Amino acid sequence: MESPVVSDRDPAGTEAPVASGAPIAPTRRGLLHATGLLTGTLALSSALAALAPSRSWALEMKGLSSHQGAVLLAFTRHLYPHPHLEDAVYALVVKELDSKASADAATKTTLAHGVAQLDAIGSGDWLKRAKPLQEVDVVSLQGTPFFTLVRSTAVVALYNNDMAFAHFGYGGKKGNDGYLYKGFNDLKWLPNPPAAASGPIPKA
Amino acid sequence: MPDIGNKKTFSLDDAQVMVVIGSGAGGGTLAAELAKKGIDVVVLEAGKLTSRGEFLPDEWASFGQLAWLDKRTTSGSWRVARDFPNLPAWICKTVGGTSVHWAGASLRIQPHEFKARTTYGNLPGANLLDWPLTRVELDPYYTRAEDKMGVTRTHGIAGLPGNNNFKVMYAGASKLGYKECSTGHMAINSAARDGRTHCFQRGFCFQGCRFGAKWSTLYTEIPEGQATGHLELRPESQVVRIEHDKAGKVTAVLYHDAAGKLQRQKARAVAVAGNSIETPRLLLNSASAKFSDGLANTSGQVGRNYMRHTTASVYAVFDHKVEMYKGTTMAGIISDESRFDPSRGFVGGFHMETISLGLPFYAAFLNPGAWGADFARAMDGYAHTAGMWIVGEDMPRETNRITLNHDVKDQFGIPVANVHSDDHPNDLAMRDYGFERGEAVYRAAGARQTYRVPPYPSTHNLGTCRMSAKPADGVCNSFGQTHDIPNLFISDGSQFTTGAAENPTLTIVTLALRQADHIAEQMRKGAI
Repeated sequence: MESPVVSDRDPAGTEAPVASGAPIAPTRRGLLHATGLLTGTLALSSALAALAPSRSWALEMKGLSSHQGAVLLAFTRHLYPHPHLEDAVYALVVKELDSKASADAATKTTLAHGVAQLDAIGSGDWLKRAKPLQEVDVVSLQGTPFFTLVRSTAVVALYNNDMAFAHFGYGGKKGNDGYLYKGFNDLKWLPNPPAAASGPIPKA
Repeated sequence: MPDIGNKKTFSLDDAQVMVVIGSGAGGGTLAAELAKKGIDVVVLEAGKLTSRGEFLPDEWASFGQLAWLDKRTTSGSWRVARDFPNLPAWICKTVGGTSVHWAGASLRIQPHEFKARTTYGNLPGANLLDWPLTRVELDPYYTRAEDKMGVTRTHGIAGLPGNNNFKVMYAGASKLGYKECSTGHMAINSAARDGRTHCFQRGFCFQGCRFGAKWSTLYTEIPEGQATGHLELRPESQVVRIEHDKAGKVTAVLYHDAAGKLQRQKARAVAVAGNSIETPRLLLNSASAKFSDGLANTSGQVGRNYMRHTTASVYAVFDHKVEMYKGTTMAGIISDESRFDPSRGFVGGFHMETISLGLPFYAAFLNPGAWGADFARAMDGYAHTAGMWIVGEDMPRETNRITLNHDVKDQFGIPVANVHSDDHPNDLAMRDYGFERGEAVYRAAGARQTYRVPPYPSTHNLGTCRMSAKPADGVCNSFGQTHDIPNLFISDGSQFTTGAAENPTLTIVTLALRQADHIAEQMRKGAI
């Protein structure tokens, strides 16, 4: 199970998010280096809760502020709106954006300007703006470098992690040993094709 | 076969070796066949040696491991140029080339497709030509290739068992009255054969088959060639130039070795199998005072007639779960539409083949650049989604071509390839018809929603050094021997005169077998 926690063990923020321990208390060293923090709690009903070591999650950022992270998370929810998908998964997009921002000053500036622009539209805090208006703002930013950066990052990061695999129903690396003897051809709502069109299952 | 390494190595000054550039389906097969005949071969492969145990069950990570990511540029009206401007092709830079990544579909080109110009006529805007080969001439080699690769439903080999994705396709196909739908002819072992185990239905065909059930030169031809003591493989060796003498015969190749150092390997003959983008790029980049338009380019056809198949995909969402990812990527084929039938509004035909993408690549390829509620809804349906790929014959056009982009250089300072493509009206008509038929298949199976998905970066890249009866019409003869330079050969899909409707790997291997016989005979005669 991946959760968006970034620990000391992941200084560059490049490896997959590290699984968290029980309710996450970011380490002192981590907090000292963090530029911002995003936290959340998985819903009790979440399918992901069963996978997670803890219902609480936290993302320490190394280039973005807490507010910037929160705006980017909200922006991404508008880009790829899955009402039942946990913020913890969207936070992985913020994690990736934060990682890019810490590695590249131009990217950091693009993100900072984008968030500032949104805040300016929202009279200081875009997060306080009504959801339908946020929606209009997102559409109006289409084609800007900020939008392109967030969208192209999000379409990869949002759908490329174990929590997303569990949510959307993809096996991912669970298939590495093969489905032949576990779950192969398990679709029951259609008849099996005739033997001539298919082939025998090799003996285990 | 396990990786045994080189049993013998050859000197850079050994002018008696045959140099094969590329280790994929064409180059890997040719090199092994020559080695088995006792001919000394040096294989120069641009990519690294990645063993089966290193393959990754992770789409993006595997893409980073295997794909050819060196820069290329694009132009033209094809959508790939907009969505993936620097990634026109999804092919590999690794030992084994794209035979590591391919899905395994192994279909013979149909007899009439070898006579495309005769069958289809002189279509305006197309540069059609008959192959200088017939199906009858190739059949014995097809038979050998199928045996070598272990193609299902040939040589008494059973078909692969159908997975969920196939079950959906079959249900729709049979309701529509299609007669030719099965788990196809696949170079994937349905039972242990030839020292390789059977398929375990991992669903990571595109990421490399870690069990080795799928044929790839990486663990078949290359180690078999090495075992003869006549084949030396040099990975991470990117050829940048082919040299020739005053008489116009090729004499050596220049390549950057693993350390980036420029080396010159002398050669008795050279076979180029770098895929249909790199092969013409290398010939063009080898221009000299004698051959100012590039090697073997008297016809002006080097780089032209670039074909990529009229591809597209249809995905469909059902009320119940499909889980298309459980099992082989290309799990079933409908071939009824591969016939020649201009009453459909186009020449040429197409196959419908199941395809599955994992969640990450489904997001990347479903509708590149898309976002918003509709896209999110499509992603929400992932587990209930079935998919097929439409692969049909596209038209060769002189203006669809690989050229050198002198404004963009690779890591060695060499101009990169620009890939230009505009769909021919026939391609558009076929794709539209294919979309309709694909959607009809899924609606017949009960789909509640279907999606038309544009072509991915091209995996079938063909035709840029085509074979022709007359030297003026193409680059090489029916043996892949260039018309201009007798000891220079084309050994990959670049040779294809037309694209036909079939996945090309089987034909690439078949042509390599035939070419190996020809080269051996020419060497015996002292002609090269």
